[in-house]
Amino acid sequence: MHLRRRPQVLTVGGALVAMALSLAACSSSSSSTPPSGSSSSGSGSAPAGGSSSSAAAASGTINAAGSTFQTNFQQTAIQAFKQSNPSITVNYDPVGSGTGRSDLYKNTVLFAGSDSPIPSKEASEVPSGKTVLYFPVQIGPIAIAYNLPGIKGLKLDPAVLAQIFQGQITSWNNSAITALNPGVSLPSTAITLAVRSDSSGTTQNFSDYLVMAAGSAWKLGTSSTIKWPSTAHEANGGNGVAQAVKSTSGAIGYVDFSTATASGLEAASIKNSAGQYVAPSSSAATAAASQVTPKSDLTFVTVDQGGASSYPITYQSWDLVYAKQPNANDANLLKAYLGYLLGQGQSLLSQLNLAPLPASIDSMAKAQLSQITS
Amino acid sequence: MRAVTQADPAKSAGSAGPLAHRRPLGDRGFQLLALVAGLLVLIILVLIAVTTAQQSTTWFTTAGFKGIFSTDWDPGASKFGAMAFVYGTVISSVIALIIAVPVSVGLALLLTEVVPRRWARPIVYVIDLLAVVPSVVWGLWGILVFVPWLQPIYVSIASGVNGVPVLDTLFGGHNVQGAAFFTAGVILAVMITPIITSLSREVIATVPAIDREGAYALGATRWEMIRGAVWPHSQGGVVGAVLVGLGRAMGETIAVALVIGGSPEVTGHLFYPGHSVAAVIALEFGEATGGEFRAALIGLGLVLFVLTIIVNLAARAIVERSARRMRGA
Repeated sequence: MHLRRRPQVLTVGGALVAMALSLAACSSSSSSTPPSGSSSSGSGSAPAGGSSSSAAAASGTINAAGSTFQTNFQQTAIQAFKQSNPSITVNYDPVGSGTGRSDLYKNTVLFAGSDSPIPSKEASEVPSGKTVLYFPVQIGPIAIAYNLPGIKGLKLDPAVLAQIFQGQITSWNNSAITALNPGVSLPSTAITLAVRSDSSGTTQNFSDYLVMAAGSAWKLGTSSTIKWPSTAHEANGGNGVAQAVKSTSGAIGYVDFSTATASGLEAASIKNSAGQYVAPSSSAATAAASQVTPKSDLTFVTVDQGGASSYPITYQSWDLVYAKQPNANDANLLKAYLGYLLGQGQSLLSQLNLAPLPASIDSMAKAQLSQITS
Repeated sequence: MRAVTQADPAKSAGSAGPLAHRRPLGDRGFQLLALVAGLLVLIILVLIAVTTAQQSTTWFTTAGFKGIFSTDWDPGASKFGAMAFVYGTVISSVIALIIAVPVSVGLALLLTEVVPRRWARPIVYVIDLLAVVPSVVWGLWGILVFVPWLQPIYVSIASGVNGVPVLDTLFGGHNVQGAAFFTAGVILAVMITPIITSLSREVIATVPAIDREGAYALGATRWEMIRGAVWPHSQGGVVGAVLVGLGRAMGETIAVALVIGGSPEVTGHLFYPGHSVAAVIALEFGEATGGEFRAALIGLGLVLFVLTIIVNLAARAIVERSARRMRGA
């Protein structure tokens, strides 16, 4: 009797272990703390103790976290950087701008990627006595992707865009849209909105754009999470939105240009403040950024810039670094890697359907590298 | 051998005090280990409660009682009401239980009472395999396969019940989407079925054989035997198993985040997109800007914690009452 019962008990035990494992897997996949390799900012100095004789070439590990918008660029740049600097390891954890900044304040990363400057609400969280340096690293367009079979080069202006995303225009043959697209026969298909369900720098910058360009016509405000009309299809991540647009006829959504291109989606041309309709592209994004006059701390706003060839919904991302590093090696590591991102690294951006910084901003950022000290 | 057996009773006859001192190292070590393990659970729980409460104080002080108990979640306008998420968590878990409990208890009875043990084993393995599938896989399957498949079904159900009083409120409406409360409930049901099944099966297997044989001897059919002998004996344990499943459903994060639709609305329409407490924390934490947004998300963790405790206490009370009634009968 006892012998016959035992295997069954084991089975249940196995099931419980499996349950625990799957629960653990669940919790780690949704955890927001960097999973590995980001123990402390001091980790860069540990291996340096042995090789301090070769002072010029820093070696060690840079742990960084932040913006998901930078993921592709950082991963590509880390691979390329590793080839010329085999003694430096860079880990970039795409946990989101907000979490990245919070990690920087808690000193668990050496730099944080962020799609916006530190918001005023958050200023009190920056440790006192620390100066944060902003290094702009990349520019990129937000595409207004749509799914209307057979219709290419749809034209939209900020006011109509605001009305569409507020659920006020509900079908494609609405007179406001047809007026902008003479000669195009738009179907009577209902408009399905595809938006982000997660908080996102893309949402933040898209709503910033609508606030600036559409003015009082845009009533939903600006934030990393917007209270969309309840009819909107909310999807997780840029890929989720692209998937939703792709699978629904009559859908429209805002996604990174790189994601839209990878999913083969059509993107609308948007009327910029110079009155021109411009389609999203790498060069149109750089054109928009070249109109920008950055502040002395190198923060700036790229959305809704003038210039005939500027794509108006263009945004940017920074790497945030403390000016004063705890030791010389960390400072050298950061100078080497950020110097690479601002130098050779910029040439990697166009192939990723992102855009390089205009030369003027790039040279200012390079000059700022000398402010990283120990 | 003989010396030992004689020595032991002689010494223990002294007093209880010296006996405790003489306990071997292994026993004392085990006592310490058990004590530490027990205390550790309590300490971790208290620490979690304290730190989350601490980090969410901004939310509690700025939003106030009214703000927290509102359904308005609009970070752009600094409105952080928690109730739409609590509603979504409760509704999706209830749907999951309504689907999973009959199936799980039925499966457990099938495996213990109907199918011969030789056949039961492979069935058990297959069910347990369901529990091994990681939740993110359920979520991805849900969003890529299940949701597009359900969308037209929901739409046709919604047009079918159009105008029918109660059904129209539950399954009708013009904003029916594939990613909805009900979809999350179904996915959760599949996820908690193996847990409830295997725990119920263990409980039902403990019913003494003599009770079953007694029922048969009195001329009971199999159904009467299950109702009269098996069910009263295992009722409390099965409710306990359902509770474990409910806890899993309420805390489930990533699978729900992917299929519930991500829209913080309180509505009776089960085919409308909704949101849940765990899902909103996972989805919005990454880009949460500013003190109060972040504090509100951490505070929602605390809300979920309290919600789980309330549900567990309530269910425990139900189990105890039914156990008392059974003893009285």
